[in-house]
Amino acid sequence: MGIDLIFKIAAIGILVSVLNQVLIRSGREEQAMMTTLAGLVVVLLMVVKEIVSLFNTIKAMFNF
Amino acid sequence: MDILQIVGLCLVATVIIIVLKSYRPEIAIQISIVTGIVVFFLVVAKLTAVIDLLKELTSRANIDMSYVNILLKIIGIAYIAEFGAEVCRDAGETSIASKIELAAKVIIVVLAVPIMTSLLELIIRIMP
Repeated sequence: MGIDLIFKIAAIGILVSVLNQVLIRSGREEQAMMTTLAGLVVVLLMVVKEIVSLFNTIKAMFNF
Repeated sequence: MDILQIVGLCLVATVIIIVLKSYRPEIAIQISIVTGIVVFFLVVAKLTAVIDLLKELTSRANIDMSYVNILLKIIGIAYIAEFGAEVCRDAGETSIASKIELAAKVIIVVLAVPIMTSLLELIIRIMP
């Protein structure tokens, strides 16, 4: 179900860190910061969606 | 067969986290959270089977269902609290992890109060 999600997040993480290095080397520190934050927000949205589905499953199973 | 899939997935995720930890530690911790959730979803089918069996056995032995519901709720709280506490501990926030565990213990004790009171009433009734 979510196995590809792990690799998607890893790919985003690696992409953001490479982009960050490239931007820092080319002297645009603030844009590097922006891409880092953008990558973080995207990954956070995906992770929060997974956490919500986990909590709903737990609520359904253990009849909270 | 499932355990091979789970262990393989966790090993791969751990290697990925090691790679990412030096560059983007915040994304690395999120990968460990997602891995925990994926493993839970791989196991959830078997867990629901066990819970249904538990409910079916208790209804056959006509034990009061509310006790089983409280028991299941306590198990759910314990699992979620342990999940959150371990993630916080991974991130290095041991103090937050212990706060989560403290809250979980308090909630579980509060949930267990009706069971304890009914047990005490039973004992008092049995006493001569």
